[in-house]
Amino acid sequence: MKIKPVFTERIVKKILFVGTVFTVLILLFIIFYVLKNGLAVIDLEFLLSSPKELGRAGGIFPCIIGTIILPLVAIIIATPLGVGTAIYLTEYTREGKLTRIIRFGTECLAGVPSIIFGLFGFVLFVVYLGFGWSILSGGLTLAFMILPTIIRTSEEAIKSVPYSYREVGLSLGGTKWQTITRIVLPGALPGIVTGVILGIGRSIGETAAVIFTAGSSLRIPTSLFDSSRTMAVHFYILAREGISMENAYGTAAILIIAILMINLSAYWIMYRFMAKFS
Amino acid sequence: MLKYNERLIQFGLLITAFSTIAILILIGLFILKEGLPIILKVGIKNFICGVNWLPREGEFEIFPMIMGSLWITAGALLMSMPLSLACAIYLAEFSTTKIGKILKPTIELLAGIPSVVYGFMGMVILFPLIRNFLGGPGPCILAASIILGIMILPTITSISIDSLQAVPYSYREGSLALGATRWQTVKMVVLPAARSGIIAGIILGVGRAVGETMAVIMIAGNAVIIPDSILDPVRTLTANIALEMSFATGEHRQALFATGIVLFIVIMILNITANLIAKKEVAK
Repeated sequence: MKIKPVFTERIVKKILFVGTVFTVLILLFIIFYVLKNGLAVIDLEFLLSSPKELGRAGGIFPCIIGTIILPLVAIIIATPLGVGTAIYLTEYTREGKLTRIIRFGTECLAGVPSIIFGLFGFVLFVVYLGFGWSILSGGLTLAFMILPTIIRTSEEAIKSVPYSYREVGLSLGGTKWQTITRIVLPGALPGIVTGVILGIGRSIGETAAVIFTAGSSLRIPTSLFDSSRTMAVHFYILAREGISMENAYGTAAILIIAILMINLSAYWIMYRFMAKFS
Repeated sequence: MLKYNERLIQFGLLITAFSTIAILILIGLFILKEGLPIILKVGIKNFICGVNWLPREGEFEIFPMIMGSLWITAGALLMSMPLSLACAIYLAEFSTTKIGKILKPTIELLAGIPSVVYGFMGMVILFPLIRNFLGGPGPCILAASIILGIMILPTITSISIDSLQAVPYSYREGSLALGATRWQTVKMVVLPAARSGIIAGIILGVGRAVGETMAVIMIAGNAVIIPDSILDPVRTLTANIALEMSFATGEHRQALFATGIVLFIVIMILNITANLIAKKEVAK
């Protein structure tokens, strides 16, 4: 018996719909499960006090500080490099062998697993350059990791600035660099900011690359050469060593809320930016 | 003077543009420098095909870890491929634009959930389920495959959606005008046209699964054995590095970097393959 194509169509559509809903539900379930168990633990004291007995009691204040400072160091280093690369690729070269090689390098770097970044950061910054387990080592390692994200989004952003903007700049007698810095970059700024924010989001959730470069000290860092523990690392240690499930849930909840808010704002800025130019 | 400055700036930017390649080379060089001596001492064949990982006795052979990575990655792919393809095809071809506009960013947003959280979910939700229904202590290939499968869902889905949407609309119109249904059009026209992009997405997903570390440590059991069932605990290449790095010294540390070399080479091969396949599509 031959099944009618229209009937097959209806069945397939149902199956695909169920698959899609199932996928989204799995992912949403994870978020709700963590928030449900974690939000009960969070109060002002949890946020503002230091951990006691390795995290069994007390709060996560030093980890919040670490989670803010490390990505900050990372973007301070990665943004100029990333935006510079994007400017070169879009404004100074035509598509050719050179751009292909650079793009290829960027894609490959984006695919390198975080544990490899961890190993590399450990030998180069911690041991070879003598920075030790420190915010500086961790920040540099994270900077290398998020560089591809920043390059890609900046490139898209600079490309979407209409060509007429550049023509106006040049026809007013501006040099190429003046046109770029005063007209193109301000126009592309929201898109570039999106890339930087996505980079921050990725740094905050990172564990493997950070634990071997920034260490896991629970003290509040006072200089770039101090070791620091981020929330992601703290959560990993609490959960894996079974120190305190309760505090692990609390830390995870804050981590997830922070990352979702960061990524949401990145998408929102991008959405408004795209709406402006199309 | 201005012209001179302009040239200086262009040169500076050119150097900046090579930063990613320079970093990539630096990573390769440093890992090689640290790990190569022990590989040469043990012998490449022994290092990769031998089964004894006994750091205290000075035996460094990583075949069990290679098998561990292979099993878990294969499991993750089996788990996520049908779901992510269903998602991609539905969102790109069948959904009304409104649903698509909400669901695609949602899936991408969820890609930001940190891997440690996924690992934790495996511990608190999957372990009890596996203990109750399948026996054993919980940490095993099955648990790791399920969690990794979920983790790479967003990667494969969003790349597949992009390559489906890149197929020119006229292809679909041609097929629909010939009287084909939507599904026939997707199956016979759109999917073949988007094939290489989808395959590239799957390969990148594989890369992500092979490289995942923290989540795997939390749920795979980390035993150095060659598994014979999906309920056996295994240790992956990544887990091997991360578990012992904090206390390893001397040759032991070199052996961990050597594990990193193997991982780095595997990932580079995957990246290059994905890149070549994706480029073929662009050329077409």
